[in-house]
Amino acid sequence: MNTSLSWIKRYVPDLNVTAKEYADAMTLSGTKVENYEELDRDLDKIVVGEILTCEDHPNSDHLHVCTVNVGADEPLQIVCGAPNVAAGQKVPVVLVGGRVAGGHDGSKTPGGIEIKAGKLRGVESYGMICSIEELGSTHEMYPESPEYGIYVFPEDTEVGADAIDLLGLHDAVIEYEITSNRVDCYSVIGIAREAAGTFGLKFNMPEIKETGNDEKASDYIDVEVIDKDLCPRFTARVVKNVKIGPSPKWMQRCLASNGIRPINNVVDITNYIMEEYGQPMHSYDYDMIAGHKIIVKRANDGDIFTTLDGQDRHLDHDVIMINDAEKPVGIGGIMGGENSMITDDVKTVLFEAANFNGTNIRLSSKRIGLQTDASQKFDKGLDPNTTILAVNRACELMEEFGAGEVVGGYVDVYDEVKEPGEVVFEPEKINALLGTSFAPEEMIKYFEAVDLKYDAEKNVVIVPTWRQDVLRTCDLAEEVARFSGYDKIPTTLPQGAATAGKLQFDQRVLALARDVAEDCGFNQAYCYSFESPKVFDKLRLDADDVLRKAIEIANPLGEDFSVMRTTSLNGILTSLATNYNRRNKSVRLYEQGNIYIPKALPLKELPDERMQFTFAMYGEGDFFDLKGVVELLLSKMGMDKKAAYKTDVKKNYMHPGRQAQIFYDGVRIGEIGEIHPLVAKTYGIGDRAYVAVIDMPTVYPYASFDRKFSGIAKYPAVSRDISMTVPHKVTAAEIEAILEQRGGKLLESYHLFDIYEGPGIMPGFKSVAYNLTFRHKDKTMEENEIVSAMNKILNGLGSIGATLRQ
Amino acid sequence: MSDIELKVKEIQDSAIEALKNADGLEKLNEIRVSFLGKKGSLTQVLKSMKNVAPEDRPKVGKWVNDARFAIEEKMEETKKKLDAEKMERQLAAEEIDVTLPAKMKFIGHRHPNTIALEEVERIFVGMGYEVIEGPEIEYDDYNFTKLNIPANHPAKDEQDTFYITKDILLRTQTSPVQARVMEQGKLPIRMISPGRVFRSDEVDATHSPSFHQIEGLVVDKNITFADLKGTLDVFAKELFGPETKTKFRPHHFPFTEPSAEVDVSCFKCGGKGCRFCKGSGWIEILGCGMVHPHVLEMCGIDPDVYTGFAFGVGLERIALLKYEIDDMRLLYENDVRFLKQF
Repeated sequence: MNTSLSWIKRYVPDLNVTAKEYADAMTLSGTKVENYEELDRDLDKIVVGEILTCEDHPNSDHLHVCTVNVGADEPLQIVCGAPNVAAGQKVPVVLVGGRVAGGHDGSKTPGGIEIKAGKLRGVESYGMICSIEELGSTHEMYPESPEYGIYVFPEDTEVGADAIDLLGLHDAVIEYEITSNRVDCYSVIGIAREAAGTFGLKFNMPEIKETGNDEKASDYIDVEVIDKDLCPRFTARVVKNVKIGPSPKWMQRCLASNGIRPINNVVDITNYIMEEYGQPMHSYDYDMIAGHKIIVKRANDGDIFTTLDGQDRHLDHDVIMINDAEKPVGIGGIMGGENSMITDDVKTVLFEAANFNGTNIRLSSKRIGLQTDASQKFDKGLDPNTTILAVNRACELMEEFGAGEVVGGYVDVYDEVKEPGEVVFEPEKINALLGTSFAPEEMIKYFEAVDLKYDAEKNVVIVPTWRQDVLRTCDLAEEVARFSGYDKIPTTLPQGAATAGKLQFDQRVLALARDVAEDCGFNQAYCYSFESPKVFDKLRLDADDVLRKAIEIANPLGEDFSVMRTTSLNGILTSLATNYNRRNKSVRLYEQGNIYIPKALPLKELPDERMQFTFAMYGEGDFFDLKGVVELLLSKMGMDKKAAYKTDVKKNYMHPGRQAQIFYDGVRIGEIGEIHPLVAKTYGIGDRAYVAVIDMPTVYPYASFDRKFSGIAKYPAVSRDISMTVPHKVTAAEIEAILEQRGGKLLESYHLFDIYEGPGIMPGFKSVAYNLTFRHKDKTMEENEIVSAMNKILNGLGSIGATLRQ
Repeated sequence: MSDIELKVKEIQDSAIEALKNADGLEKLNEIRVSFLGKKGSLTQVLKSMKNVAPEDRPKVGKWVNDARFAIEEKMEETKKKLDAEKMERQLAAEEIDVTLPAKMKFIGHRHPNTIALEEVERIFVGMGYEVIEGPEIEYDDYNFTKLNIPANHPAKDEQDTFYITKDILLRTQTSPVQARVMEQGKLPIRMISPGRVFRSDEVDATHSPSFHQIEGLVVDKNITFADLKGTLDVFAKELFGPETKTKFRPHHFPFTEPSAEVDVSCFKCGGKGCRFCKGSGWIEILGCGMVHPHVLEMCGIDPDVYTGFAFGVGLERIALLKYEIDDMRLLYENDVRFLKQF
């Protein structure tokens, strides 16, 4: 929503502030000013001059040498290149040292262009005669100006007068952000009322003069509204003997300042009222309305209607149409039809101001694919009590402009009259909500400044129908707060019982995981939650893989963001690839984020959102480095049992021989592996890449921040090395299972220190060496105990085909 | 003075003289052997004791022992001196150029979003707020209806919602967690709820279809708009520095009344106006307001007894401002050259 400052002043005549003061104060009282443009910002020293003489330039075929009276002692000599320049004209003249906003081609120069005295092809020139474009506007907004050339004032214009003022450019255009609850502020009057309240000034609502001859509008037109749910009110008046012509300059200036192009008196009046009251209107050529009857009803599915822009519109049963006795003549609230358009030959005009169901207009305009200035007003849901003001105002202006003869009376179909609301005035509740101590009288002063009248007898605030946002005490509190100023409200902290501030357990676990990941050199990545369904092919998932059962977004931003991810791999691999492409060496990333697993598709209930903690890396480090990170993480999470790495399930996105499902306490908690070379290639990662994913919801129940001191061993440990050959296929896990099982309590720890295959070892076998540490909790171990423990272990190893190496 | 006494004295003197000239531990050892060793000169005196008259033996023994003591003392002193010299030489030889490059352990870096989030969490947890999260895929009912945004409300269009079904959507705000927490009916409530939200905005320097918000909610008896102002003032000062000022401007949100947008004084120029704050001296950071009584009612809380305030702040907005990141796309590219700067 835009208004010019001067238009606001028409209703708040005492408003005497700069554009900046206005913008700041309005913003602080709740009518947010997004921007403002002072139209005279780059205009300086521009007066009305009279061209006394105009001769051809001796050295040019298009320049003219003029003498111009600007009200000074001596006329000025000014060289002018405009084709329309002529002696006797009154024109805007920039004096030497003055500024214009831009060039005559309409281009604007920030800060303006300063005019200096100089020579043009050898002839001295002291100033410049301007076009409307050089003054920062356009021919469209000033239709009386030539399409190309200097602006010419009427003959009776005073020489030496301020030309900027005469053109209405000592003004500012204010751009507001109106919130959806303040439908009334989509009008100049609504904003002016706020301005009056903001500055504590008097608000003058336009007083509409009564108009109309002895005839009755109802003899001219019959209105029937069939679908009243979609059109609660339809008001119409008639003006005959219409003379189409330009509207007066003041109206043209108002419209121009709002970016609306002046057209002719009838169109300008309806546009003016749409801005002034926020009530869109429509004018019909009365003689084109068959049967002189208006019927408002729903369209039929499949109807096609040609709007006045010449486009065919496809309608349905939820679109409200204005019809005459034979045919549709307009889409209600959106756009009129070609068939009843006003032309310059119009004799009699029917003015319509109707009220339509805002939601229906919004949805209809979306379905039809047609948004208009009118529909954008209606779709907010307007006050039905404005229609009568709008038609009366239109008729008043028609009469005032001598544009026609107003027919008496009006036709008004309005069954359910909307009455003003009432809110009980409870000042103590208002103060309690705000934390203030305003006197009730002060509150009432703020209410009444914006026409919220206080009824002392009933102790209620009367809420006019245009204020649909004031329904209860908190709404009144807002009026008090914003007109007294939010800055006047004290600054305190909540009292009351103390509460324990805390993170949830799972949030603490995640914070710990972040610490561990970062300690291990991983940088935190953020990935999108939605991705392309093509991801599943990139990851080489089987056609029936459960991960392909992803939740689809009904209205995505294109295919790339169309399904909710069921795996965290694509995001992190894409990020690895980005880094690889940018030649970043040795990259480690981690990500914490949800995957979304539907319980059933299509979604009937909320899906399972599972937090995944994902590691990925390329460059320095291999599978076992990453495995170390995972184990460190589990250990820091207080998960002391040994994780198991199972290889019976194979994932296609990982190297078939270098992947494992990670189990803890018999439960799968994640997976780890090298990315399959084909997948790496698809993503464009030209190096071995490793990933590990931990399914956090599975881990949370095992994680713990509890620690217990278990003492420091008092008795010495005994260390033994054991070196064996085993068949190639025997895994470390199998060997270690035997070590643990046979070693019993005495075996404190073990670690693998050598593994070898090659010359010296029988083909199909490998040499494996462990260091074992034995310790008795309560005493120094004796040799025979050690020997017996070792023997048990050696016997056990025999069962998996191990032979001891001497 | 007897011969023996003279001899002992001579041995002592020559030993001490030798020790004075000893220039290393090996030399010291040689001296020990030659005077005090089994075949050493002083030991020889003792060995010749059998030639001494029995009544003189104690005397001779004392001379020898005194001499031994004197030599040993000197020897100890010399050893200390030599040790010290040796240490000094070693230390001198071990001098390093401390300006050579440090050996860094390469640890990873947290994402700026997370750093900002943890900062916000720290502030509010310190004020007694619990951190509670909610689902990212949400019912329309929680995202809109229970927040006073009924079906066909224009605000629903404004938020450019991603829908999955008619009733299930990607939440457009973290506010639905307000309704979820209030419905549980455990009062008083002091919570913040960080999380991911989604809106149908094309990716560009200032927009992303997925971003993060932090919702705040306090519900208790006697909670006022003044409390909201005070709380957010503390928050802004903690986050942006003690000089930070806040400005509350009236605004409209369907689920709060009265509502406000909050600006903080530009922490770059201190409010004088600069390129960063587009000359205004203020930067908009969040929206807030008193919980609408109808929202309380819908969640089963009596608005005549309880009042509350709520606020919502964009996490990316804070991260971009605080760390002077000029393009939001950097946050989702995960280029390590970007991440390593935090």
